[in-house]
Amino acid sequence: MERRSRHWLRGLRTLEFGMGAILTATTVALVLLARTLYPDGGEAMDLGARLMPPFQDWSHPLGTDSLGRDLLARIINGGRISLTVGFVSVVGGVVLGTLLGLIAGYYRGFWDMILMRFADVQLALPFILLAITFTAILGADLWNLIAFMIISQWVQYARVMRGQVLSLRDREFIQSARAFGLRDARILFDHILPNGFGPVLILMTLNVANNILLESSLTFLGLGVDPTIPSWGGMLADARTYLQSAWWVGVFPGVAIMITVLGLNLLGDGLRDYLDPTLKV
Amino acid sequence: MAGFLIKRCAQAVFVVLAVTLLVAWAVRLSGDPAIMMTQGAGSFTAQDLENIRKALGLDRPFSVQYLEFLKDLVTFQLGNSFFGGMPVARLIGEALPSTLLLASVSLLVSLAISVPLGVYAAVHRRSLADQVIRVVSLVGLSLPNFWLAIMLVLVFAVTLGWLPASGNQGPTSIVLPALTMGVILTATNLRLVRTAMLETLTAQYVMVARSKGLSERVVLYKHALRNCAIPIITYVGLQFGNLIGGIVVIEQVFGWPGMGSLAFDAVAARDYPVLQGTVTVLALVIVIVNLLVDLVYGLVDPRIRAE
Repeated sequence: MERRSRHWLRGLRTLEFGMGAILTATTVALVLLARTLYPDGGEAMDLGARLMPPFQDWSHPLGTDSLGRDLLARIINGGRISLTVGFVSVVGGVVLGTLLGLIAGYYRGFWDMILMRFADVQLALPFILLAITFTAILGADLWNLIAFMIISQWVQYARVMRGQVLSLRDREFIQSARAFGLRDARILFDHILPNGFGPVLILMTLNVANNILLESSLTFLGLGVDPTIPSWGGMLADARTYLQSAWWVGVFPGVAIMITVLGLNLLGDGLRDYLDPTLKV
Repeated sequence: MAGFLIKRCAQAVFVVLAVTLLVAWAVRLSGDPAIMMTQGAGSFTAQDLENIRKALGLDRPFSVQYLEFLKDLVTFQLGNSFFGGMPVARLIGEALPSTLLLASVSLLVSLAISVPLGVYAAVHRRSLADQVIRVVSLVGLSLPNFWLAIMLVLVFAVTLGWLPASGNQGPTSIVLPALTMGVILTATNLRLVRTAMLETLTAQYVMVARSKGLSERVVLYKHALRNCAIPIITYVGLQFGNLIGGIVVIEQVFGWPGMGSLAFDAVAARDYPVLQGTVTVLALVIVIVNLLVDLVYGLVDPRIRAE
């Protein structure tokens, strides 16, 4: 009985991971192809077909918005913003955080202590409040937002990487590498980094998802990216005015966010199962 | 325990100083309120602008302004709004209870859903119900909170007309915002309750309680759940900053007259004292809640008190 139930569970988890991979791959592919599929970037207006309901005309499968722009075209083009913010902010944070975490964990001492105090403060800071303050001040701009995310999130990766280094640095294979006279840089990047990167990878996947949510809510509030560029948060902000007469303008961009984020969360969950079997429940 | 508390208090003070400094510095990057105030109000000479700055105290060096702000903070004098001259402390006094009310109701809604479901999932581990609960909470984690808010408005206010869509006009107004936040929080809390419960259920005292012949309900809710309280409280404390952040966004969607709405209006108007006051007070609230969580440990777990 126990064995059989584990069997179907493993199947389910594999299915979920596969779904996550497919959803993420599809989203990324569509977004990369956005300019090829819709050379106008979703900006073409069809003023004769304003607020057209979905599933009625194949030239506008998901309907149109208040200016007669095709909703599907705008959603696919809007994904460019979300995915750029999600991936660039995380890669930036990981590069910075992993490097500092490696150094702090390996050499310990004064800078390690400074890093940990940074981490304490960062945990207690009301992130979205500061994001609102800073983006309101620096202006609604894609790169300001990404820079702010990197500055406020690198500590997370540094903490995780540092923890990994601490647990690895005195293991036999590192000691033997040291005994062979390898330089510190070789030990850190060739031996500790690949062995300790798993938890960072999980955190990365989940943070891409989180940052996509964060970007869309800030843009929705008018504090994220430039409101004239199509983006999911911006589309939803426009949709509020027409909610009573045109539900679809408020539903589909949100579904796009949800599917993208769900794909990444499924992927992150699957990675966690794979990399840390002790958590398998 | 005392040493631990002193350390935590020092850390809390440090965090508050960091937040105030960041915010004070940030709001001064934002633009000149003298120009903002005079825009579209006729013509002003450079001398007029200078006089306005002087009247608002903006002509002094940043360090002086910051120290003044700290001094005022200690005495709860948060200055006056640049627009209308209302004392900031009074504006916050009106907005903060709304925000805290929304936060507590959301938290209660979430605990009311996630504790029974989480316990059920843990007890029936690996069952179909457990998997459904897990997948549903994963979907919940992927929902943008503001979009959920819009969808709830679309269904319950626009289509069905059961509940008000915005503002605070009586007790029914809190239902939709609290439900939105409650659902968002439930997604994370469910996983937490389940994991904490799974760990507790393997403990020996649970086996003892069962072998004594206690009813399953007593074993679960009296013996096991009580011991889950610590990880749950810790996590709720750590998540409090996120909860406040979410509420700030949700308040905007529902026009709920709390700290979030106050902060947004202040951002739009470059109303430094109000923005600075709101963000600082919210940061203080978050820090205080985290301190309280550390104190509650002692109450919930006598072992920590004894140390």
